[in-house]
Amino acid sequence: MPTTLPSRRGYTRPAIALHWLIALLVVGGFSLGLYMSDLPVSPQKLRYFSWHKWSGITVLALTFVRLAWRLTHPAPAPVPGLPRWQEQAARTIHRVLYVLLFAIPLTGWMYSSASGYPVVYFGVKALQLPDLVAKDKALADLLKAVHQSLNWTLLVLVAVHATAALKHHFVDRDETLRRMLPLLRRR
Amino acid sequence: MHGFRILAPLGLLLSATIAGAADRSIDPSSSRLTAEFTQIGVPVSGPFTRFNGHVAFDPAKPSDAKAHIEIDTTSFDLGEDNYNDELRKKEWFDSARYPAATFDASGLKPLGGDRFEALGRLSLKGRQKELKIPVTVKTEAATTVVDGVVPISRKDFAIGAGSWDEVIEDLVKIKFHIVVTK
Repeated sequence: MPTTLPSRRGYTRPAIALHWLIALLVVGGFSLGLYMSDLPVSPQKLRYFSWHKWSGITVLALTFVRLAWRLTHPAPAPVPGLPRWQEQAARTIHRVLYVLLFAIPLTGWMYSSASGYPVVYFGVKALQLPDLVAKDKALADLLKAVHQSLNWTLLVLVAVHATAALKHHFVDRDETLRRMLPLLRRR
Repeated sequence: MHGFRILAPLGLLLSATIAGAADRSIDPSSSRLTAEFTQIGVPVSGPFTRFNGHVAFDPAKPSDAKAHIEIDTTSFDLGEDNYNDELRKKEWFDSARYPAATFDASGLKPLGGDRFEALGRLSLKGRQKELKIPVTVKTEAATTVVDGVVPISRKDFAIGAGSWDEVIEDLVKIKFHIVVTK
């Protein structure tokens, strides 16, 4: 089985590309979302909201692709000697991160619909996304709170995820981070 | 005040005579007036929650139809206070100076069936513009319903400014559903 052989040793190139592309969009979208929310009303604020939504929809689409890829291309086995609780913790966090990569853009999209602002991908009329819920101020307030809470959860989990990766690399000096960051291979 | 008291009955008599049909007040609870615009490709619409006026319409004499609508410019509701506050500013409705917009229609041109063209003048932010609006007028028992959409240019009324024009299109669609009951 030629496809499983390389995936046992490391991640496939598309898996790596999707991981870092989504990571970049998540960091950008999160920072922008945090910054733009409290800005006074201005044309620039409307642009930021648009960019934020476009990046979120891109994350959502890429996460579908990534999940399909992951289900057909298994992740490499944990590095040898990894304690069982760490393996389970990593697996749980990865799963929750996947859930959040769907749930955060979806609640943002729903929040946008409930606020009466449809999401128009890249501002292109033909790419107007359907409203997931009807305009409803109370629902919009609730979805905003949910969207924000999920983002704080994401922040915590990403911090744990990244800290664990760095610990593997600098403390355990194992292959874990290098499998996802091939640039580190020649050290 | 004194002069008004003397003239008021005369005014009533005159308007009743000119209108041919009795002036009837717009029913605020079932009537709707919304403005729809586009920002960065996104269609956004909001209602004016306060407006009033009256309509006189006799199906036998559409050319004599009259309508007067007064719209509270502070009542445009985008669903969020900070955006609503922005729209009351000088660059937008300038509601402190122009608290009301008015629309006066005089005459309906029959277009066949229940379709008409309403001729009227919109006065908004101190600017006037003649509008021809395709409308449908449906009269059932004691109720008359007027529906229509009219595109207007924000710039014609000096609404919005400079940097906003880069993100908000000039064209605004005014949609109305006006209900009057005897």
